[in-house]
Amino acid sequence: MLNFAIETGFVLIGLAMTLNLWRLMRGPDATDRILALDTMTINAIALLVLFGVRAGSSAYFEAALILAVMGFVGTVALAKYLLRGDIIE
Amino acid sequence: MNPAVEAIVSLLILVGAAFALLGSIGLARLPDFFTRLHGPTKATTLGVGAMVLASSLHFSTTAPGLSLHEIAVLVFLFISAPVSAHLLAKAALHRQRRKDGR
Repeated sequence: MLNFAIETGFVLIGLAMTLNLWRLMRGPDATDRILALDTMTINAIALLVLFGVRAGSSAYFEAALILAVMGFVGTVALAKYLLRGDIIE
Repeated sequence: MNPAVEAIVSLLILVGAAFALLGSIGLARLPDFFTRLHGPTKATTLGVGAMVLASSLHFSTTAPGLSLHEIAVLVFLFISAPVSAHLLAKAALHRQRRKDGR
């Protein structure tokens, strides 16, 4: 049962990341692309958590935490750049 | 592993993946940027939260001792998602106003 749930989760998250990639490539404005990248980072965290549950190891968790922090910082930096034309004033 | 716990973990993983997919469908399908902002910031965050909770429950029951460090990812995501959504909305408004020439 757990294996079935994990495999289904991989498929659903993979589909979600494909949709994000489509929006990232198409995305009429730069803000759409930043939002797509941010969502992709969050989906990658979900994938890492699933890998961790499947492998039964908590080593994936650190990668997920770093991805969460770096994704947030990257999104804030890009949004700040669009807003002010500069990241650190 | 206890079958009841396994059922709960499986359910949390499935619900989380479904919500993450819903958020991404919203990002792909909704008509303009401010509506598109809704999908990822609410549905996807909730989905990943459910999956992280499932992982925490799984490692609490299979490994010795409670496994609470996954909750750190959960708390960080729940704090950072509204902040980044707010900044993105501000940037989009700024660009839209500049495009309109105001």
